[in-house]
Amino acid sequence: MKLTLPVVTTLILAFLMLPMLAAMWLSFSPTEVMAFPPRGFSLRWYEDFFTSSRWVLATKNSVIVASLTMVVATVLGTMAAIGLHLGQFRGRAVLVGLLTLPMVTPFIVTAAAMFFAFSLIGIAGTLPGLVLGHTVIAVPFVVVSVLATLQTFDANLLRAAASLGASPWRSFRRVLAPLIWPGIAAGAIFAFATSLDEFVITLFLAGPGQFTLPRQMYANVREYMTPTILAAASLLFVSSLVFLAISEALRLRASKRNRA
Amino acid sequence: MKARTNWLAAALIAPLLLLILGAFLLPVGVTLGTALRDPEVATTLPQTRAALLRWDGRDLPEEAAFAAIARELAAALEERRIGNLAARLNFERTGMRTLLLRVARAGDNLQAPFRPALIALDPRWGEAETWRLIQRAGGPVTSLYLLRAIDMTRTPAGEIRAVDPDQAVYRTLFWRTMSVSVIVTLTCVLLAYPVAATIARLSPPWSSIALTLVLIPFWSSVMVRSTAWFALLSREGPINDALVMLGILDAPMQLVGTRFAVLIATIHVLLPVAILPMVSVMTRLDRRYLLASASLGAGGWMTFRRVWLPLTLPGVLAGGAMVFLLAVGFYITPALVGGERDQLIAWFIAYFMNREVNWGMSAALSVYLLAMTGAVLAVARVLTGGVGLPGARL
Repeated sequence: MKLTLPVVTTLILAFLMLPMLAAMWLSFSPTEVMAFPPRGFSLRWYEDFFTSSRWVLATKNSVIVASLTMVVATVLGTMAAIGLHLGQFRGRAVLVGLLTLPMVTPFIVTAAAMFFAFSLIGIAGTLPGLVLGHTVIAVPFVVVSVLATLQTFDANLLRAAASLGASPWRSFRRVLAPLIWPGIAAGAIFAFATSLDEFVITLFLAGPGQFTLPRQMYANVREYMTPTILAAASLLFVSSLVFLAISEALRLRASKRNRA
Repeated sequence: MKARTNWLAAALIAPLLLLILGAFLLPVGVTLGTALRDPEVATTLPQTRAALLRWDGRDLPEEAAFAAIARELAAALEERRIGNLAARLNFERTGMRTLLLRVARAGDNLQAPFRPALIALDPRWGEAETWRLIQRAGGPVTSLYLLRAIDMTRTPAGEIRAVDPDQAVYRTLFWRTMSVSVIVTLTCVLLAYPVAATIARLSPPWSSIALTLVLIPFWSSVMVRSTAWFALLSREGPINDALVMLGILDAPMQLVGTRFAVLIATIHVLLPVAILPMVSVMTRLDRRYLLASASLGAGGWMTFRRVWLPLTLPGVLAGGAMVFLLAVGFYITPALVGGERDQLIAWFIAYFMNREVNWGMSAALSVYLLAMTGAVLAVARVLTGGVGLPGARL
């Protein structure tokens, strides 16, 4: 009995990790046949990824959309979170629910609705339209993340700053931001990662030439599966490890500060 | 002071509120509204519609209606705007497209009196049913799509009944979506519970290492993980090797495109979503309850059943609800590793939107999907006493 739980847990954690590791291993296969285990080691599929104009373009598009989404979502989300924290009015809980509603709405419904509405005003298939769509999906995470850090913030500090004659912008920059930036940064990273991974909204809103990495992967898997897709998947996987590391570092920093 | 702070707060919230209202709530509202809207006859056949308003629905409409429809159909074909109308009426009853196009193509060859001319062209114009269909499609609202999405239809007489069995597809679809979601949710909860309990009981650094092994898949892309499964489940893939080695399969088979593939890949993608809320509830749990239970003489099983399980239930419900919410509207993974017969509601919403260009059906399915997720959210809220659900990036 004492041993069963750790053994079961190990098996389940292995189930969680192994598929990605196996796919990564296959991406180094020297042959096109994705038999297991691969005979030998080669970087040809990575070379293929970095020299193929389609994959390079998709990477570029993804980074552009994700960066813009991150900026818009972080600015608007942080502003709204601070406003929600400062404000003393009724209906605050309703407002939080409303702003985070895209998180619990099936993405397919959101995507179809955006496609319909954005077509009417002519921004479907454009970069601003795509960024707007991704922002709606990503912004709730920024709001939640910043709101969580604000829980530990002493609002008296802002009153002190105001009584000393600081403008709201100045108190944000000199008092609030230095204390809550880990929450803002964590939200920003999550927004970036969300946009980078986003597929359903992109499927509906992207124009014919606007291929992002997930869209390019999806198209290729359905057409013709090659290890190049696994190379792309591995690169994305490594990037998500980096995001996770940064976000954990931010979390540690925030919790250390709280204890101090 | 308070008033000034509130003004500042409102100014800070306003931009995001406008964005969510304009780019999310309004579009969703308008789109769901298309499940009820019925504009095609009113815009393409306004005069026919006006003539039919005067008709009592018995026998046949007056000559004016025949004359109007002959003229308006020909004009619509000429100006290339007959497509939506034909699709709308043909969706309600197969064969309407040919019926309309036959009149539209006849155009100027049709001479007054139009009533015998149209009936000569196609005897169905002499049936009151045809006209009642057009009359009822005059809008502005219709229950057609919402009924059809649950395999119901209106008879020509206006009664609601089930569609013919060979046309009934949506109840199977809802049933399939529900059963896949329930299987995925239960499996995820059952697998997540022991993992979360172990993580909560481990001491550092092992607890952080184990938690990291959950966070890595949680942070990595859904598309990446689905693609990995696509490769692993292929004929040459390692899953096949393992199944053959274990004697479950005689020879490797294509596992992509099966229900098994959808279930295992979806469970894998959603499992971290179930584990994380459970971990957060279990690590915050006060250990002294367990000590108290043991000191009062309860055995391990008794303590688990009477103390540990009830106290960790909110985490189970939050994790389970989140998994169900994501599974019921899931698109990517089933689309990637599933076959035609494994697709869920989300796939059909996309299908009607992009390929059939039937916005009404797409919206009607969205209405039911939203109703399902709303019900699950409400139940989870009541059961957990309003514990917030953590978000997941899917």
